[in-house]
Amino acid sequence: MSVYNQSRSRIIQIIFVVIFVLIAGQLINLQVFSSKYRIMAENNAIYRQVLYPDRGIIFDKKKRAILENSIMFDLVVTPSETKGVDTFTLCRLLQIDTAEYKKRILDAKFKNTAVKPTVFEALLTQETYAKLNENMYKFPGFFLQERKVRIYPYNTAAAVLGYIGEVDTSFLRKRKDEGYEMGDYTGLNGLERSYEKVLMGQRGIKRFIRDNKSRIQGSYENGQFDTLPIAGRNLYTSMDIEVQQLAEKMLQNKIGSAVAINPKTGSIIAMVSSPSYNPNSLTGSLRRKNLGRMLLDTARPLLNRAIKGQYPPGSTFKPLGGLVALDEGLITPSYGFGCGGAYYNCGKAVKCTHAGGGHAANLRLALANSCNSYFTHIFRLAIDNPKYANPQAGYIKWKQYMNAFGLGRTLGIDLPGEVKSSIPDTSRYNKDFGGFGRWNSCNILTLGIGQDRMTATPLQLANLMCIIANKGYYYTPHFVDSIENEMEEDTMYLAKYRTKFEVTHIADSAYQAIHDGMEDVTIYGTAARIKIPGVSYCAKTGTAQNPHGKNHAVFTAFAPKNNPTIAVAVIVENSGYGGTWAGPVAALMIEKYLNDTLTKASEKKAEEFSKVDLIPAAIKRWYYRKDSIRLAKEKAIEEKDETDNDSTNTVKTTFDPEAEPNKKSNGDNDTTSQKSPMLKPDDKKKKKDTTKP
Amino acid sequence: MSTRSQHKNPQGIDTTVVWLYALLVAIGILCIFMVEYKPGINVLQSFLGGKTSYSKQLFFTGVCIVFATFILLSDSKLFTAFANLFYAFGIVLMLATFLLAKNINGSKSWIPLGGGFNLQPAELCKIFTALALAKFLSRQETDFNKLKSQLIAAAIALTPAVLSTAQHELGLALVYLSFFIVMYREGLPPGILIIGFSFAVLVVATLLIEPNTLAIILTILAGLTIYFLRRQLKRQKKLLTIIITIWAICVGAQRFAVPYIFNNALECYQSTRIYSMVGKDYDCSQNKHVSANPKKASRKPDDYNVRQSKIAIGSGGIFGKGFLKGTQTRGKYVPEQSTDFIFTSLGEAFGLVGCIVFLILYMFLLFRIVQIAERQRSTFSRVYAYGIASILFFHITVNVCMTIGLFPIIGIPLPLISYGGSSLLTFTVLIFILLRLDADRQMVLR
Repeated sequence: MSVYNQSRSRIIQIIFVVIFVLIAGQLINLQVFSSKYRIMAENNAIYRQVLYPDRGIIFDKKKRAILENSIMFDLVVTPSETKGVDTFTLCRLLQIDTAEYKKRILDAKFKNTAVKPTVFEALLTQETYAKLNENMYKFPGFFLQERKVRIYPYNTAAAVLGYIGEVDTSFLRKRKDEGYEMGDYTGLNGLERSYEKVLMGQRGIKRFIRDNKSRIQGSYENGQFDTLPIAGRNLYTSMDIEVQQLAEKMLQNKIGSAVAINPKTGSIIAMVSSPSYNPNSLTGSLRRKNLGRMLLDTARPLLNRAIKGQYPPGSTFKPLGGLVALDEGLITPSYGFGCGGAYYNCGKAVKCTHAGGGHAANLRLALANSCNSYFTHIFRLAIDNPKYANPQAGYIKWKQYMNAFGLGRTLGIDLPGEVKSSIPDTSRYNKDFGGFGRWNSCNILTLGIGQDRMTATPLQLANLMCIIANKGYYYTPHFVDSIENEMEEDTMYLAKYRTKFEVTHIADSAYQAIHDGMEDVTIYGTAARIKIPGVSYCAKTGTAQNPHGKNHAVFTAFAPKNNPTIAVAVIVENSGYGGTWAGPVAALMIEKYLNDTLTKASEKKAEEFSKVDLIPAAIKRWYYRKDSIRLAKEKAIEEKDETDNDSTNTVKTTFDPEAEPNKKSNGDNDTTSQKSPMLKPDDKKKKKDTTKP
Repeated sequence: MSTRSQHKNPQGIDTTVVWLYALLVAIGILCIFMVEYKPGINVLQSFLGGKTSYSKQLFFTGVCIVFATFILLSDSKLFTAFANLFYAFGIVLMLATFLLAKNINGSKSWIPLGGGFNLQPAELCKIFTALALAKFLSRQETDFNKLKSQLIAAAIALTPAVLSTAQHELGLALVYLSFFIVMYREGLPPGILIIGFSFAVLVVATLLIEPNTLAIILTILAGLTIYFLRRQLKRQKKLLTIIITIWAICVGAQRFAVPYIFNNALECYQSTRIYSMVGKDYDCSQNKHVSANPKKASRKPDDYNVRQSKIAIGSGGIFGKGFLKGTQTRGKYVPEQSTDFIFTSLGEAFGLVGCIVFLILYMFLLFRIVQIAERQRSTFSRVYAYGIASILFFHITVNVCMTIGLFPIIGIPLPLISYGGSSLLTFTVLIFILLRLDADRQMVLR
């Protein structure tokens, strides 16, 4: 036996052990201390499919679905399996050419590799879907994939219901912990946004094992970690979709807004902002195009004027002016004022449509005749009230009344982006007039007739009507009465809509006087021509001056007089007299709501009224120019004309600065800071002159 | 395995090694089964159907049992007598490969045998080289202390390596380096191993450090050595010459030799893999093989294999995901998983515990073979046993190290585990010749 060099046997064995220990060390490092490999492995091999739940359905008062779910189809392609596709037929059905087909297939390969399915054509129309479905056998590698979309069966209430859209990166950054992921949809506007948490439901997740080419191999761990989606809960709103449709129809071809609230509960019956749009145009394949067009539209159809439009209330403010004076004990219902056709006490005349004849012999008469002098006078009485040290203190008290009645503050409606409008602070007037105490009731007297720097949203005006109708209380206006399977947090959220708010303690007799006066408005006053069959109602017209052209027509009303169940505020921009252009809308809404149907005559009236075009000339001009540019562009494309470039360049310069005085950007409808093309206080200041009722 | 019971005279056969062999082959088939498994198949049918890799491996195992039986039934003297002849046959076979080769995965080392089977002579040549080296070192007239003998031994070991390199099988060529372990055991001066190790360090340093910086560092090292040895230098002028020569060789190596190896000797993908080990990019445009094969040049980053391999092993954790539950294995994320990366399926399914147990089995086999080697009376048997231990050790180390990212990826299989008939047969023959020799350990073989 050789013993020669035997010590080296040991060394060799030591080398074996050293290498073994080295390998074991690296294995411990990889398998025990590097958790990243486990995560990388899961990212590699586990495909998480998100199962989207059905969003909740929104119902109106009569349990009709006004926003529900439907299925549309995407045409999906797996490029590697497209051998033998009847390209010609496919292109003909989709109305594309073969070059476009090749481009899309290439895009799909680039985006998702050849072996994974990619959307070839998204959200097919019913017609295309039907045609394709018949011919699918000709297109190996293509299949039709369901996709859930929101549909609006009544094509109405776009501004209220809102829409959903894909979340973007900034949204995700803000809501890190709420479980959203890229590609998810969320409510971007309206009730879809306010009640996102209720409507969205809970997503389910299914895990699959996939191979190195991302092909699904089977479920992961037999699905023991999978979760099922939980459908979103339904919303039951107080809307009456027929009233809503009627109001939308009547405000066609006009710019304006209408809000109807049930004063007994604060539930909103209808809310219209015009111009509106068909909400279904933001769900299908044309969503992007339509949204882009509407964002650029100078009439701003995406703006919900009911909660974001700030209008001078004009004469519809007068009942509140009367109430303040009554409550402060400055006047009694029988208080009269001799109006000779204008108010001269402050030097410059505030004109009145009536002259003499005792048209302002008492509060009731003054309201019915909408006497400017009377209400200017009692406004001055309130500001110069001897109870308070100076006009400024009087103004502060007056402003408190305004805020109590819901003006100059947000009400807290369940829609995003409500604005508070303007009841100016004393500081504002100090600035205007160059210092504290440098102004008195004379300087701001047109506040008494709802002008000057005072603005309100249609919602605030409707809410004001509710308070008057209820004789001193209101519920915060809201759409949603109840939520399916209401949970504790929902109840907490809805609690503020179920709380009764008492507004000061003005005596019922004061309200009664106002009610009587407002009833007289509809009997022999400014709204005498507007009758509602079988209903006695109270109303107040307004014709608000503004710096943008013709007066805004304003009309507020509640009915029936003795037991009010509906309060309405309507504004039609730049149209003229309130009784002429806003009144009929309100009256027909009330008729529809209370009688559940319209008489033949009313229907005819609605039809005629809807055809009247009151869109301001500036906006029409904008449309005209845009259309002509579009036509020119189409023509240019057809002829492959070189002038094509010129016409496209002009597209961006077609905003009408006159119609869009406050425009800063191209109109993101969500930014609450933007104001509608209504009254802008600074303009008002320059134009402080006489007003009409 | 029933190899032992088939033998008429089982005395003297080392049953431990047979059991270890059987166990490892069984583990190998299970690993291949894990890689190829698809849910919903009839396991028995697919095992016997011959269509799948594990079924083929089972068939190869059957062939190996036949070979093993024949070897155990043969006479020990056969191997000593025919060692040189075998070696000559192996070399001829390798030369013949150049004429008959079939291109498989860019390698030209396979001779097609028909019926879908191919033979890789470089694999078989390991057996013949081990035998030939044993035969040479055990000759009475061989004095391994002499340089001439050392050079002849090196030539025997390296000739197949050179031929393998010419066939673009770098991995297999490197295996022949493992014979230096045997030579070390038999008295090769340790200096050679130290020089080899130093050269490896120099190569790595060349990859990591800027050429000029490294040259300066080497010069400073040489200067410092001269400074510290200045007393001795006065007495021995020769020492200065040696230091300067070493310095010149080192600088020459890092400036010219190493870049030459990477650009000319190695394929672009091999250079890229080695560079990616140290976290650097290799510029393939410098490689002379690129112009010949431009399509292969610009592939995606070449660490895909090792990254996926590390993910698969790393995700196994301590106890693994369980038999057939490896997601990476089922998703075919690791390339070449049934052959070179078979260790990953084991690592994923059975985790750290499984890997350690598996490696201990291997260690047990290696130590057993060394133990067998040391109990041999004849030098031939001892050298041969060490040859086998060295080959196994080299294979295991390189294969496992490359799957866990400690070694560049070169395609050499994991002994007895990886899918492949040539490899399995080679190791079977290697081990069973040893068992045959060991059974006759009382005889003195020359």
